[in-house]
Amino acid sequence: MSYHEQKSIVSIISTVLIFVFYALYVLQKYPHKFPPSAADPGFWAAVILILIPISTAAKIIISIIFHSIYRTMAGEKEPSFSDERDRLIELKATRISHWIFVFGFLLAMGALSLKMPISTMFLIFIFSGLVSDLSGEISQIYFYRRGTS
Amino acid sequence: MAVHQISNNIRTLRFHRGEMTQQQLAKAVGVTRQTIIAIESAKYSPSLELAFRIARVFEKPLEEVFSYEEENE
Repeated sequence: MSYHEQKSIVSIISTVLIFVFYALYVLQKYPHKFPPSAADPGFWAAVILILIPISTAAKIIISIIFHSIYRTMAGEKEPSFSDERDRLIELKATRISHWIFVFGFLLAMGALSLKMPISTMFLIFIFSGLVSDLSGEISQIYFYRRGTS
Repeated sequence: MAVHQISNNIRTLRFHRGEMTQQQLAKAVGVTRQTIIAIESAKYSPSLELAFRIARVFEKPLEEVFSYEEENE
């Protein structure tokens, strides 16, 4: 398995773990907010805004740990640059990821227009962010394995 | 439906070049070894610029390194 495939798999696992642990933390700290029926946009906005830096910081730390483990296990350094194939795969994966997020955005707007609670819209946002992130990484694994030609 | 396939002789050319390694070729053309592996196994069609750089390493015209085939399904 290549470095990029391993990196994507680690990213998928870390994304899921960060999301699960963060969701459990929010559920434990604010049990009265669940089930999410009451309209409290401030709470949901804070949940999303706090998730972004926590997720970014955790991913950086996991990435550093992954690189040191990779160097030890594989006995070689990770590629120091991205070539044209890496950039093409990244672009294709990003496009898929963005389309999924756009679909989530439209779904969230649809939920609002159907008079669903605002918390539903925020939940759709959070899940579409998660799914788009995961689909981007899965797409990268797919393109690295199956090729892009 | 027509299927387009770009094939190449890079593996053979590396052999005739004193068993040049994929890593050496990758370094010579400025890509990663994984990209050379992908090109050799026809999983990636290189850009025109990269194709020319590879051909230049082997001192061959482009047509001797890459070939374009069209098959009807």
